[in-house]
Amino acid sequence: MDMDAVMLARIQFAFTVSFHIIFPSLTIGLAAWIATLLVMWRRTGREHYYNLARFWTRIFAVSFAMGVVSGIVLSYQFGTNWSRFSDVVGNVVAPLIGYEVLTAFFLEATFLGIMLFGWNRLPPWLHVTAAICVAVGTTLSAFWILSANSWMQFPAGHVVRDGIAYPDDWLKIIFSPTFHWRFLHMLTAAYLTTCFVVIAVGARYLIAGKHREHALTMLRMGLGMAMVLAPLQAFFGDSSGQSVRVHQPAKLAAIEGHWDGDEPGPVPLILFAIPNEKEERNDFQIAVPYLGSIILTHSLDGTFPGLKQFAPEDRPPVWGPFFGFRVMVGIGVLMILVAWWGGYLWRRGRLGEVTLFTRVAALMWPTGFIAVLAGWLVTENGRQPWVATGILRTADAASPVSYTAVLTTLILFVVVYSVVFSFGIYYINRLINRGPVDAPPVGATGLPSRPITGMGRRPGSEIAEVEV
Amino acid sequence: MDLTLDYYLPVIWAVIIASAVGLYVILDGFDLGIGILFPFARKEEDRDLMMNSVAPFWDGNETWLILGGGGLWVAFPLAYSIVMPALYLPVIVMLLALIFRGVSFEFRWVAKPKHRHWDIAFAAGSTVAAFCQGLILGGLIQGIEVQDRQYVGGSWDFLTPFSVLCGVGLVAGYALLGATWLRGRVEGPVADRAAHLAKRAMLAVLAFIAAVSIWTPLAFEPIADRWFSTPNIYFLWPVPVLTALLGLGLWVGLHRPAGYSPFFFSIGLFLLSYLGLAISTFPLLVPPSVTIWEAAAVPASQIFSLIGVTFMLPIVLGYTVFVYWTFRGKVRPGEGYH
Repeated sequence: MDMDAVMLARIQFAFTVSFHIIFPSLTIGLAAWIATLLVMWRRTGREHYYNLARFWTRIFAVSFAMGVVSGIVLSYQFGTNWSRFSDVVGNVVAPLIGYEVLTAFFLEATFLGIMLFGWNRLPPWLHVTAAICVAVGTTLSAFWILSANSWMQFPAGHVVRDGIAYPDDWLKIIFSPTFHWRFLHMLTAAYLTTCFVVIAVGARYLIAGKHREHALTMLRMGLGMAMVLAPLQAFFGDSSGQSVRVHQPAKLAAIEGHWDGDEPGPVPLILFAIPNEKEERNDFQIAVPYLGSIILTHSLDGTFPGLKQFAPEDRPPVWGPFFGFRVMVGIGVLMILVAWWGGYLWRRGRLGEVTLFTRVAALMWPTGFIAVLAGWLVTENGRQPWVATGILRTADAASPVSYTAVLTTLILFVVVYSVVFSFGIYYINRLINRGPVDAPPVGATGLPSRPITGMGRRPGSEIAEVEV
Repeated sequence: MDLTLDYYLPVIWAVIIASAVGLYVILDGFDLGIGILFPFARKEEDRDLMMNSVAPFWDGNETWLILGGGGLWVAFPLAYSIVMPALYLPVIVMLLALIFRGVSFEFRWVAKPKHRHWDIAFAAGSTVAAFCQGLILGGLIQGIEVQDRQYVGGSWDFLTPFSVLCGVGLVAGYALLGATWLRGRVEGPVADRAAHLAKRAMLAVLAFIAAVSIWTPLAFEPIADRWFSTPNIYFLWPVPVLTALLGLGLWVGLHRPAGYSPFFFSIGLFLLSYLGLAISTFPLLVPPSVTIWEAAAVPASQIFSLIGVTFMLPIVLGYTVFVYWTFRGKVRPGEGYH
């Protein structure tokens, strides 16, 4: 495979992985949210929680289906587009993916059937258990994926012989040095993404003046969670940053737009700049003195290496990590502000009113997704030029597949994903417009006489659908 | 070769992966079959019923495909890295087809009443995925060109009359599984129609089995040697005889009142064909040159993953059975969560 075909394969992987990550970001959190609602329903006996759980289950099902199908693609792309990678690090990385399939995929996929179709077939406690199993499955899935990815970021517990990586210590491989903070960071990101989707849907109902009780529950539960998680995420993010400083200094330099590292400190924090890779400097920058040292080394005059201290062929590209990081952090700060603003109004008993806050909250739904995508851009682009740091360069990892073949399938992916996922998002929006509806009585003997989907066609509901 | 870990581990893994692929073919086979049969359904309600007969299971079923592919990578990374580029186009087209099939399960209900295109996506996705899986199978049997641990052929080498025959054969086979599954799972006109379709699919499948059984030994000399040399032939003659007996049982079962027996006979046909395939190729993993021992991962990786399989596979099988048991009995019109 020549260099251009490698580039196409990279674009293909970036494209498919970016699409995929959107759905787990939502379903990891939604599975936990639905399980929580069902547990609350069991403990309080209030139909209100049950109806909310059913409402979100429909949205979950559509997102999950898209997550599954786009995930299968990824698991095969290691072989189709990155066969040298499969061969060189297969002995180490493949078992981690194998464990994901064994412990997580089957759990999610199998209990999803029960979760979706078991409402009237199983005793409620068993149905709740199935929902919990799905939530556990999605989390385990994230565990193994982050484990494999963290090993690629900073490999440990392996030996390399004749260019092939062999396992040496499995615990070190699974829990490689960057894993812990990255896993917590990703998991929290998924929960926060879901929080703000739930909050935004609640706010949207308040503005539209419908489903008031449900809307308030969504706002309260979403805000309660976000008020804790958003600041916590700042801490996890900072800890991840410390881990990057220690283990991937070149990536850190790219994130910071930091070129000269050999001068004595203190290092300023660059808020905004236009990095110029050719001339190895920033064309324009706004910086705060001392702050770089304080944030990154937790001291007043600490320094860290700049990009010029790495050989040009070992440097990551600067733009992706630099701008991706700023988008991610910006959204993180926004999330903290909005969550605490909402908490303040809640405390003063004004959460149900349509104020500026409600309108802002309704617009917050895409923020988590954007932050996650930006975060992945930082971490994956910042890992270049290595696919497995120090072991295998991206340029040497690709399959012996022709340029035309990769181009053809790339076009196919773009077309299919655009069609399929546009519909998916349209349908999720449609389900949200339908809103929560009173479900048939729980545990009723016999089965509903027609698909519950039919409720979309109840008198009056057509009106709700028109006002998309 | 010594009878050591290096010898046994790849054999154990070959059995595990063969089982995962076998389970995939049977389990996802019948739900892909439902999609293949979708265009033959007469009414909207019939299609609803067909889809609901597999809706709680398809996702778990499809996961065996990931275990098959993932398992190949785990235990035989070299084979994985050779086979995937060689079968690049059919693998990716299969994945894209599975996307359409998979999302249709949810989209179709949400889109109602304007869901015609998702009926088409479901049918086309299932059929194309099945056809591509046949192409992949055929492409593997006919052999893959390898030099220095890499595939050295072209993008279209997989496409031959033989692999196309395998593709068509697998579509017919999945249709048979789907039709006989429906025969057991639903009642009324849909079940009767399924029996009718199953008969046609069965004739197609038997014709296909006969064609492949004649074609492969003629075209691929090692396969002929395997089957027709002594003493092998003394042990192997029951395979075709059993196939014929199963076909007979299936035919009789389809003329009886609705029940699951035709489904189990169909599974039997699949298993025997699969056994025949294993006899033809073992111990080659990537015909004609790479054996399971050459392609195997280091023992440390195989053992580590084997521990997971030993603990997890019984649990996975346990809750898979639980789901099938939960949704046992006939599906009735109007059932579903949507």
